[in-house]
Amino acid sequence: MSAPSLHSIVAANKRTDIIVASIGVLVMAIAMILLAGVMIDLLASGWPRLLHGEFYTNFPSRHPERAGILSSIVGTSLVMLVTASIAIPLAVAAGLYLEEYAPRNWFTDLIEINVSNLAGVPSIIYGLLALGLFVHAFGLGETILTAGLVLALLILPVIIVATREAIRSIPLELREAAYGLGADKWQTVRLYVLPAARPGILTGAIVGLARAIGEAAPVITIGALTFIAFLPPSPLQSTPPFINFEWLWSPFTLMPIQMFNWVSRPQEAFHVNAAATGVVLMVMTLIMNGLAIYIRYHLRKLQR
Amino acid sequence: MTISSLPASAADYGGASAAFLRRRAFWNRVSGYILALAAATSVLVTVGIVYVLISQSIPFFQHVSLWDFLTDTQWTPVFEDAHFGVMTLVSATVTVAGIALALAIPAGLMLAIYLSEFASPRVRETIKPFLELLEAVPTVVYGFFALLLVTPLLQTFMPNLSGFNLLAPGLVMGIMILPYTASVSEDAMRSVPMGLREAGYALGYSRFRVATHVVIPAALSGITAAFILGMSRAVGETMVVAIAAGQNPRFGFDPTQGASTITAYIVQMTMGDLPHGTVAYQSVFAAGLTLFVITLFFNLLGFYLRRRFREVY
Repeated sequence: MSAPSLHSIVAANKRTDIIVASIGVLVMAIAMILLAGVMIDLLASGWPRLLHGEFYTNFPSRHPERAGILSSIVGTSLVMLVTASIAIPLAVAAGLYLEEYAPRNWFTDLIEINVSNLAGVPSIIYGLLALGLFVHAFGLGETILTAGLVLALLILPVIIVATREAIRSIPLELREAAYGLGADKWQTVRLYVLPAARPGILTGAIVGLARAIGEAAPVITIGALTFIAFLPPSPLQSTPPFINFEWLWSPFTLMPIQMFNWVSRPQEAFHVNAAATGVVLMVMTLIMNGLAIYIRYHLRKLQR
Repeated sequence: MTISSLPASAADYGGASAAFLRRRAFWNRVSGYILALAAATSVLVTVGIVYVLISQSIPFFQHVSLWDFLTDTQWTPVFEDAHFGVMTLVSATVTVAGIALALAIPAGLMLAIYLSEFASPRVRETIKPFLELLEAVPTVVYGFFALLLVTPLLQTFMPNLSGFNLLAPGLVMGIMILPYTASVSEDAMRSVPMGLREAGYALGYSRFRVATHVVIPAALSGITAAFILGMSRAVGETMVVAIAAGQNPRFGFDPTQGASTITAYIVQMTMGDLPHGTVAYQSVFAAGLTLFVITLFFNLLGFYLRRRFREVY
């Protein structure tokens, strides 16, 4: 048996590579086509409802052609308001502590292991935490506040990790320059580190909130209602002090929960509503994620 | 900038601002404590989870023996003759996760090899954001597809497939975890040093042979971690199975029939008006504890493997 010539080896290698690369492209194309097909299917199924203005201004109803998503849009917005105002400050503070302040000791290790473990806890377990602790032990009830709290805890690790990465990418020289000007630690962090890390933190916060918008599991367990035919009290009022917080204690429904309710019904007319809700939900998450990706890539270009 | 704009002496800093300096020192100290407190909150979340799960499970296990819980093959919490065999729920959970992985492992590996070894940087930079977008699709939407698109589609050539089944949610979940497993394994493969690949090329390997004989063995612990973490996601995924897998607890691994998974059971029970303090209520937490232990095991294993490949290179 004679040794194969160099040419034949190179030719054979090229052949394998072309075949494997085409399989790779094929897998990717199938995934993309599948995704596109699925989105088109969702859009096509929900189309009749999406064109109706009533769909956005009506409450849920027993009659599918009259049912709308007004209460779930308002519910989702208010819950996200609570989630954002709890999760973002808490996560940014925790991220700052871990990157800038934390000494190397067992306590820091504990927090780090804990954060990475929390990121892997299934969302339904957070729902049980909310049910056992917030609803029953703390007596907060099945309210917007409880839902906002549990979703905030759920996305805490996402924003903490993003904050830490953003802070870590800031060059040490920036801090040294601040110290050189006579700033102390807190001034350095507040006036130099935090503004420089802002785009990265913003990206993480948006991605986290986009995840929270689509989550149904942790909120279903606290017994969120699906048939809400009223709106929570308005956060703004005409008499002083102009804002009130009664809405925090109001029952609510969310878009993913509304969709779950409609998709679980046997009547096909409700499935149309579910698809339409799905389209609205997808558009919201895609816009948020697109924004986050844009900020990140734009930023990378600036740094280059 | 001109020198004249700077203060003439150090006294100009201190003289005007003794109160300012005191305030500054105060905030410098306090801010550290406040930030540490925020970081410690994350530990409280874990403590809260463990406390809730265990405190509600203890009365449950006073009612149902641990042995029955682990060996009984029936799960009928609200029947007159109540059975609490958690393996019933676990069997369905494992079946769905197994189907998901059977799809996600080969496809994810193929995608990772392509992205890390074949694709040009430009292609890679275009594809990765798309993978991120795929990860962001709400799980209820995936559930919708499993029930109303994939199941009817499969029924056209599998007539004995029931309306609720484990196959469709399993496949959909496989697609759902695909972006995650692909991007984590791709990270692992890309962290393999270029020198190893060049050694392979010097021996006359093709790119594919370099991928299978050099890169994959070197990145094996990272790739394994990707699939274990993907597995953990599949086990803990809720909405897809709650919508498409049915709510009938059944021991067995037949994917053509519907069965309730751990997560679907929790959703089903908490959706209804569950009286606080009953055994059925506590069984939700016992099921949750089981789920928590399973995912914790996978997560710790995954993190350990991931850290290991990071340390080597």
